Amino acid sequence: MDQKVLKRLVESISKSVNSFKKSEIECLIRIFHNLVGRGDVKLANVGLDRNTFRVILHSVFGMTDDVLMNRVFFAFDKDNDNYINVKEWVRGLSVFLRGTFEEKLRFCFEVYYFNGDGYISRERIYDMLKNSLHQQSPGEETDEGITELVDIALKKMDYDNDGKISFADFEKAVKEDRLLLEVFGPCLPEAKSCLDFEALAFQHILTSSF
Amino acid sequence: MSKQEVKFSEQLQKDQPNKAPKEEVAVTHKTSITSRKSAQENRINLGRSQLTKRLEPSLNWRTSVSSKESRNTLRDTQVEKHGGKLEKSRSSLSSGRAQLIRKSVEKIEEIISDSSSESEEDEEQPDHRQEANADLPSEYWQIQKLVKYLKGGNQTATVIALCSMKDFNLAQETCQLAIRDVGGLEVLINLLETDEVKCKIGSLKILKEISHNPQIRRNIVDLGGLPVMVNILDSPHKSLKCLAAETIANVAKFKRARRVVRRHGGITKLVALLDCGKHSAEPAQSSLYETRDVEVARCGALALWSCSKSYANKESIRKAGGIPLLARLLKTSHEDMLIPVVGTLQECASEENYRAAIKAERIIENLVKNLNSENEQLQEHCAMAIYQCAEDEDTRDLVRLHGGLKPLASLLTNTDNKERLAAVTGAVWKCSISKENVTKFREYKAIETLVGLLTDQPEEVLVNVVGALGECCQEHENRIIIRKCGGIQPLVNLLVGINQALLVNVTKAVGACAVEPESMMIIDRLDGVRLLWSLLKNPHPDVKASAAWALCPCIQNAKDAGEMVRSFVGGLELVVNLLKSENKEVLASVCAVITNIAKDQENLAVITDHGVVPLLSKLANTNNDKLRRHLAETISRCCMWGRNRVAFGEHKAVAPLVRYLKSNDTNVHRATAQALYQLSEDADNCITMHENGAVKLLLDMVGSPDEELQEAAAGCISNIRRLALAIEKARYS
Repeated sequence: MDQKVLKRLVESISKSVNSFKKSEIECLIRIFHNLVGRGDVKLANVGLDRNTFRVILHSVFGMTDDVLMNRVFFAFDKDNDNYINVKEWVRGLSVFLRGTFEEKLRFCFEVYYFNGDGYISRERIYDMLKNSLHQQSPGEETDEGITELVDIALKKMDYDNDGKISFADFEKAVKEDRLLLEVFGPCLPEAKSCLDFEALAFQHILTSSF
Repeated sequence: MSKQEVKFSEQLQKDQPNKAPKEEVAVTHKTSITSRKSAQENRINLGRSQLTKRLEPSLNWRTSVSSKESRNTLRDTQVEKHGGKLEKSRSSLSSGRAQLIRKSVEKIEEIISDSSSESEEDEEQPDHRQEANADLPSEYWQIQKLVKYLKGGNQTATVIALCSMKDFNLAQETCQLAIRDVGGLEVLINLLETDEVKCKIGSLKILKEISHNPQIRRNIVDLGGLPVMVNILDSPHKSLKCLAAETIANVAKFKRARRVVRRHGGITKLVALLDCGKHSAEPAQSSLYETRDVEVARCGALALWSCSKSYANKESIRKAGGIPLLARLLKTSHEDMLIPVVGTLQECASEENYRAAIKAERIIENLVKNLNSENEQLQEHCAMAIYQCAEDEDTRDLVRLHGGLKPLASLLTNTDNKERLAAVTGAVWKCSISKENVTKFREYKAIETLVGLLTDQPEEVLVNVVGALGECCQEHENRIIIRKCGGIQPLVNLLVGINQALLVNVTKAVGACAVEPESMMIIDRLDGVRLLWSLLKNPHPDVKASAAWALCPCIQNAKDAGEMVRSFVGGLELVVNLLKSENKEVLASVCAVITNIAKDQENLAVITDHGVVPLLSKLANTNNDKLRRHLAETISRCCMWGRNRVAFGEHKAVAPLVRYLKSNDTNVHRATAQALYQLSEDADNCITMHENGAVKLLLDMVGSPDEELQEAAAGCISNIRRLALAIEKARYS
């Protein structure tokens, strides 16, 4: 990879992403290129596609929920071109690894709402929760159970009583009880996987500083 | 102190307008139950009338609740809900009373747990099951549904259910029992054993709230919840540690729970939480659930406070190095932190091992500093800690040196908060054992304040106030002050109480005052001597002994003492019969009284008729120096009537007396020599003494610096010698 190109890339990314040092951004870029598999093509047109990304989410960050992993991909992919380019990659990881409470709040909300209208609707919630009960009883009972669970969740989080959860609702609910941050399913990685990833990714920096 | 606490709580319950008839307050477990029940009845009365006025759907099923604590929480929440609307003044009054009652009830529970009896466990109210009928409130069904999600859901569903469950009013017993009755406790505890941090946090938040209910606490322990929580203390997540510690603090409020915590190594882990100086390796990514180290230490202190009520735990805390850590935490200025830390120290300070460590760690300095805090609870606990520690002389000096006496004296004037007042008066009492402290208290006019507290105060305060006055009375100047501010009358009035700890202190104080002739006149006028005399009939030996000791200066300083003593019908016989007691302290004190009585010839004749000589002789075989001394003194007094000298010899009192000379105590020597001198006026006694080797022992004492001893020894020897010479003369003539 061309060093000058790399440096310019690092510069431009570090302007918008504050939570990583330049050396760390460099490491992340290298990893990105390893993952994409093609190291010599112009960077702007290359990206991670959905499947590759999902594999990464699963193997590195331990996520298992298909629906949500999809949504995470969309949350990373800000320009909606079905590829995650390097900037989106670094930006997304900054939320995963170093995100402030506000950033994570926004991220989760983005993951959870499907329609473009900025609300989490009842149907969406049902979709996300439909596998959350273990199949102990015949299908009908479980469906009822899930519907009730959706009701419970809405009752807890819908402050303006409009039948759907806006960002304001979500923010208020999570601020009151932090456990509700990933209320509709795990979309952020566990602390341990983050630590492991960082150790792996930034080991270069650590060793080079000696 | 535990005796006093029980009295205090009983007194509070008695203070209620609709009180149970006064019962003989014996310090037995049974009495505590009875008074608990009577308190319960009172509360039921108040509770029902409040229930009828509530506007919510009827909760008739609740009347089957038998636990008193549930009534407390129940009534409190009702009062909170409706206080503003319906009966404002009434509810504020009853909630105030409820506070005091609940505290006293909790204190009983704590005291009982503190004592070594296991019977507290038997007292468990039969587990009340809610009746499954349509009268169950809607919360019950909602909670049941939520618990189903806990059982059958994955982590996501579980978290939603847990967060939703927290919205219920978990302080209300309906909700608490609902959770338990649908099997929620098992599920919550199971969640604690998973690896899912969010579930653990959510579950602990709920357990923390519902474990305020004593029944639930027991259920949690029965289900094995405590070891799980103790294990969570090892977690790297600080918020988990905090929640676990706080929940343990709530659960460990009874003896069995505390034992379980200790058995699973919980004490060591909790002590480790106090160490917030070290910063454990924190993840670069700050988790959203992180809390500060200080908060962890605070929660650890809370848990230790609950656990420290049992003796074995106090020891464990000390061995785990808890004291230096607690001392370090004392230096903060957060009241939230200080209260549990001082609370723990105060619990532990009742043990001697602790006091040495407390002195070493400069804890007294901080306790004194915090006496000046604005927080009343903190002041109370600091005063309690000082009370416990001031058994030790060095500590008493430290309190003075760090300027602790002044705030204590000024807190005496603040009588609103009775618990704090009790703690402060206790601290003043124990500090007064040192004379320099008493001088300081006098400067701060504390003595006058104390006299003012002799009326209209609950018994626990009185015990300490009188104790303090008793210590002050050891000095002449203070006795005068007490007399001048009219302290004698209220003291004498207290002689008619039932509280044994109080009586012991009152008799001591009255006795100390009686040394002043002017005070003695007042005591006599108020019939104080008769009251003291009747206390000789009190069942408790400590009271008997203390009353007897007090009677000595009374008789010494009263005008017409002999006449006065004779005027008590059956009084002399009573005193003589006390010589049959088995308690050494009682015996010593009664001997001292008899010594004083016997100064009057007529009375001496009367007690001789009552058989004092054989009774005294029977006591002669003792190794107790205190008893020996007073016994010898009284024997020498009693010799001065009729043929008592001879009678003592006939009852074989002489030989044991000679053995007293081998003791190490000079007081015993003096008294014995005097007794032997008196007895040696009789020839047979001389022979006995000679046979028992008295002469050699007495010869050693002739050279003693103590003049009275010298004289008596010499006199005795000369009598023996004279007899020997007379026998020789008779032989040769």
